Amino acid sequence: MPNEETLSRRGLLVKLGLLLNGLVAAALAVPVLRYVLSPVTRGRGNAFLQWVSLGRVSEFPEGETRLATFRNPNVMPADGETVATACWVRRIEGEKFQVFAINCAHLGCPVRWFQQSGLFMCPCHGGVYYSDGSRASGPPERGLFEYAYKVKDGLITIEAGEIPTPGTPTAALDQERPPCA
Amino acid sequence: MRVISQVGLWLERRLQLAAATRETAEHRVPRNTASWFYVFGSAALVVFMLQIATGILLALVYVPSAAEAWSSLQVLNHDIALGWFIRALHGWGSNFMVAIVLIHMVQVFLFGAYKFPRELTWIVGVFLLLMTLGMAFSGQVLRFDQDAYWGLGIGASIASRVPILGPATVRLMLGGPIIAGATLSRFFALHVFAIPGLLIVLVGLHLLMVLKLGINEWPMPGRIVKRATYTADYEELVKKDGAPFVPYAVWKDIFFAAFILLAVAACAVYFGPFGPSGRPDPTIIQTAPRPDYFFLWLYALLSLLPPSLETPALLVGPVVVILGLILLPFLFGEGEKSWRRRPIAVLSILLVAVSLGTLTHLSGYTPWSPHMNAWSGDPVPERFLKGTTALERQGALVFQVKQCRNCHSLGELGGQRGPTLDSVAVRLTRDQLIRQVIQGGGNMPAYGKNLSPAETAALVAFLATLHPPGQLPARNWALEESQAPAVVPGR
Repeated sequence: MPNEETLSRRGLLVKLGLLLNGLVAAALAVPVLRYVLSPVTRGRGNAFLQWVSLGRVSEFPEGETRLATFRNPNVMPADGETVATACWVRRIEGEKFQVFAINCAHLGCPVRWFQQSGLFMCPCHGGVYYSDGSRASGPPERGLFEYAYKVKDGLITIEAGEIPTPGTPTAALDQERPPCA
Repeated sequence: MRVISQVGLWLERRLQLAAATRETAEHRVPRNTASWFYVFGSAALVVFMLQIATGILLALVYVPSAAEAWSSLQVLNHDIALGWFIRALHGWGSNFMVAIVLIHMVQVFLFGAYKFPRELTWIVGVFLLLMTLGMAFSGQVLRFDQDAYWGLGIGASIASRVPILGPATVRLMLGGPIIAGATLSRFFALHVFAIPGLLIVLVGLHLLMVLKLGINEWPMPGRIVKRATYTADYEELVKKDGAPFVPYAVWKDIFFAAFILLAVAACAVYFGPFGPSGRPDPTIIQTAPRPDYFFLWLYALLSLLPPSLETPALLVGPVVVILGLILLPFLFGEGEKSWRRRPIAVLSILLVAVSLGTLTHLSGYTPWSPHMNAWSGDPVPERFLKGTTALERQGALVFQVKQCRNCHSLGELGGQRGPTLDSVAVRLTRDQLIRQVIQGGGNMPAYGKNLSPAETAALVAFLATLHPPGQLPARNWALEESQAPAVVPGR
């Protein structure tokens, strides 16, 4: 009868077998993790962002703020109508624009523009912003998110592709150049 | 009859489960636990089984694709015989399950059942509660309507506030950069495979511990739990004053299970299924998304917290609450079990109940949110316009057109974000009104850029008329001192 302290041949085989399974599991974990984390790694840097057109500049009268919609640049077959996104386009004058995300900077609800009072109001928790996107009142800690824009050949295009939230890289870009209050 | 008993014998020969089943069913429980207070755990299990059954039935038709989920719910509601009823059973079952789990938890807490040696049973229960809430939230996402879409946006905004890992967490949660097909697919996987699988395992563990450790005895004031003696005391109690669970205690569980199932079915028939609300089209922005019932308190809390406290509360709050619940049996593992000798326990429950109740009640009329259509829809009550000058009427028009009404009510109609203005002239002088309108402040936007001097003059003229008939409007006595009479007449 083998001593409990010494390792029997079968005991060693069990331990080696377990070790082998551990190694196989670790090896399998690599592709599994890469698969699970693909939404994070795929968009490293700003890979999700692309320039998308909002239409002709002439569709946006000077001094007014209009709702525009665009298709998200990253489309999957099952996305359905969720690829459409709305944004607020404010044409200040000439080729000077501000393009605001529809999402409130508080918790992402869709803000509505009230032309008469020059305010954006959020229906969820009562965030309010001025016409230039800066915070007016309510729970938001900052102004509306802005998309980078370009005007070329009479078309206005914005750099979009990711839902703007307080933590996204696009939002961080905004904070470096706060909207002129 | 002989065939049945022969089949039974044949099975028993192979399975050998009869003895174990009988032993489990007839395990002795303290007589005083055969109480209506002890039926909530089994009721939660019964509703969970209802959810599994109705969930499988719904999955026969539901399409977990962002392009088709909403339409497949319409098919369930309108085209399939009694599809609406199965949806309603599942939806109401969800609400009942959250409610029963909460009631069960309160009962267990007040009866001191989390104390030695049932600490792990409590901790597993805490995770069962979290998973039940996870099922409720992911279920709302599968409805994939406007509320689900914007609810996911709120979830993403909360997740994005995690330091450093925020953006990665959002992408993991959404399955990509935006709320779209991948988002629904992963919530489907969570709701249908991951969380229910874990729930089944943990429910099994939870029940196993109830059997191994025995059901918590009815707490008697003065009977103190001590680690050294409890187990022996409990065995003594069960021996002296115990009875077999089946049938002594189980009949109440059975009756309550039937009652709960009937209540779920009655709600399903009477109120019908939940939604779906509008299509999940992000370009339809005329929407005011609301969470389901059991998350309404959170919706209210997020509106009422000061902005600077919000991120810490969102990120630290849940950790503190969950840690507190997990540590509870270790911090208070011994001592009195009876609620009669635990005033702090009773007060904590009352405090939590009153807070959650108040927040839920507030979310019913969202006083923090502007009323988006008040400016164009709510009439100015006649009594505020009677006998006013042209300028004052012009001011009433400015008041409506500039959307002041969205946040300020007149005659109980309009937004409640700002103070009601029925008697604003009593509180503020003309100069103060002008300053408030132009500069804003106290959570009011400044209107200086959006009002012409003529509009401001008209608006303030109107506001200055808003005082009850018997009360004088506010005046600046410092300015008017020279003209003021030495003694105010009538005092």
